[in-house]
Amino acid sequence: MKKQTINLTVNGKEFTLDVDVRKSLADVLREQGFTSVKQGCGVGECGACTVLVDDVAVDSCIFLAMWANGKKVRTTEGECKNGKLSPVQQAYVEAGAVQCGFCTPGLIMTTTSFLERNKGRKVTREEIRKGHAGNLCRCTGYETIVKAVESVVEVAEEE
Amino acid sequence: MFPIEKYHMAESIQDAVRALAEDEKARVIAGGTDVLIRLHEGHGDYRNLVDINNLDELREIRMDEQGNVIIGALASFTNIIEHEVVRAHVPVIGEAVNTVGGPQVRNRGTMGGNICNGAVSADSACAALVHEVDLVIENAEGERVESIIGFHTGPGRVSLKPGDLLKHFRVRPENYRDFGACYYKYAMREAMDIATIGCAAAVKLDGETISELRLAYTVSAPTPIRCATAEQAAKGKPLTAATLAEIAQAVEADVKPRTSWRASMEFRLHVIRTLAQRVTRQAAERAGGTFK
Ligand SMILES: Cc1cc2nc3c(=O)[nH]c(=O)nc-3n(C[C@H](O)[C@H](O)[C@H](O)COP(=O)(O)OP(=O)(O)OC[C@H]3O[C@@H](n4cnc5c(N)ncnc54)[C@H](O)[C@@H]3O)c2cc1C
Ligand code: FES
Ligand code: FES
Repeated sequence: MKKQTINLTVNGKEFTLDVDVRKSLADVLREQGFTSVKQGCGVGECGACTVLVDDVAVDSCIFLAMWANGKKVRTTEGECKNGKLSPVQQAYVEAGAVQCGFCTPGLIMTTTSFLERNKGRKVTREEIRKGHAGNLCRCTGYETIVKAVESVVEVAEEE
Repeated sequence: MFPIEKYHMAESIQDAVRALAEDEKARVIAGGTDVLIRLHEGHGDYRNLVDINNLDELREIRMDEQGNVIIGALASFTNIIEHEVVRAHVPVIGEAVNTVGGPQVRNRGTMGGNICNGAVSADSACAALVHEVDLVIENAEGERVESIIGFHTGPGRVSLKPGDLLKHFRVRPENYRDFGACYYKYAMREAMDIATIGCAAAVKLDGETISELRLAYTVSAPTPIRCATAEQAAKGKPLTAATLAEIAQAVEADVKPRTSWRASMEFRLHVIRTLAQRVTRQAAERAGGTFK
């Protein structure tokens, strides 16, 4: 199968890769060492593989690597700057929103994009839940995850 | 790795149409949220792909000089939900696609894919049916326009032929102006679930009577449908509970629900009658009416 050359940046660093057109972005990112990108279901149901492509959250398991050509990809590795966790990552730790941690990288990217999209706006608990509906967690029961998110966004008075 | 055998990244609409014409087995891939899952499951029918992701003109959402609302086949659900033109003129389309999957799926999935896959549960189908959207399609012979009415021909089947590329949806002004519309998705879970029943209504009023009702369902027959009997029953009727009850009664002649693991036929019929009332009422209220 033919390979195609793609250029992309991952967490601010430029890459030129010859990728097999049959590969998902999740596969290619993991091969490049971005192993925070987890694969749970492989069919867009669990969100463990969530990354941001040009700041938009996508399931990288159902996203062809080809589609990242010319784009800016963010994984949770890159959110941590100079050894300092991002506010979202810190919030997950402090809220105890991490147990086995398999879902955490994907959830953190979803929260990161949720936060950026709602900048300067108050959100409801309902919106937080709907905004994270594409991510499944086997361990936490979600309450701590919602608490982590609440601690980094401005929450509106209960609806 | 996806079992893709042939792959072509189209550089223009002409290039996509040519690639589709050259290979009878070639299929379009847009957001890939259906196609890649089919491939993941090992289906044979999506092995030759024509990728349209670089055709930015197919992502456009706008209003043209004639007042038609144009929604590009490749516009993502998120783009549709957030777009000014959709919010101002055909909000029910945004409301409907906002019920699809989770954010990641809405960021990639397209209305083009949702209609072309022919799914009887497609969340955009009811909204498209009540606005009687046109589909602007191109193939090697040229361009043609088909109505969404009759576009679904059976479970998972639509009237696209090999070689066809859907370019955009067009909503004519007479099909959205003065209508209030509403979509409700009944599903077992609150999110990330396929509809048990989906229902949309569009209502036009003449003072406090219904001059036109358009009522559509998903998962209530082998294809998404409009309900001629219920629509007829609503004509010229006042905004009252009795009218809603009549519509709910009449709709039974239009639907053919069946039993599946999600819900029994009887339960589906109950949901269908309940939604007919709820959705018609809300659409009429959005058209400026008040119920007595
Ligand atoms: C986790 C998950 C949850 C989902 N939840 C829902 C839901 O709640 N409601 C719902 O309705 N759907 C749901 N879906 C299904 C899917 O997201 C939608 O049907 C989506 O609209 C498909 O769009 P796409 O662009 O990804 O299509 P693709 O997968 O790229 O294509 C789908 C089909 O349409 C054809 N096609 C696409 N574009 C064109 C075109 N321009 N011209 C001709 N043919 C074309 C393809 O050849 C293929 O047959 C879900 C999917 C996943 C993975
Ligand atoms: S692994 Fe991608 S959504 Fe589950
Ligand atoms: S912490 Fe284990 S899956 Fe979420």
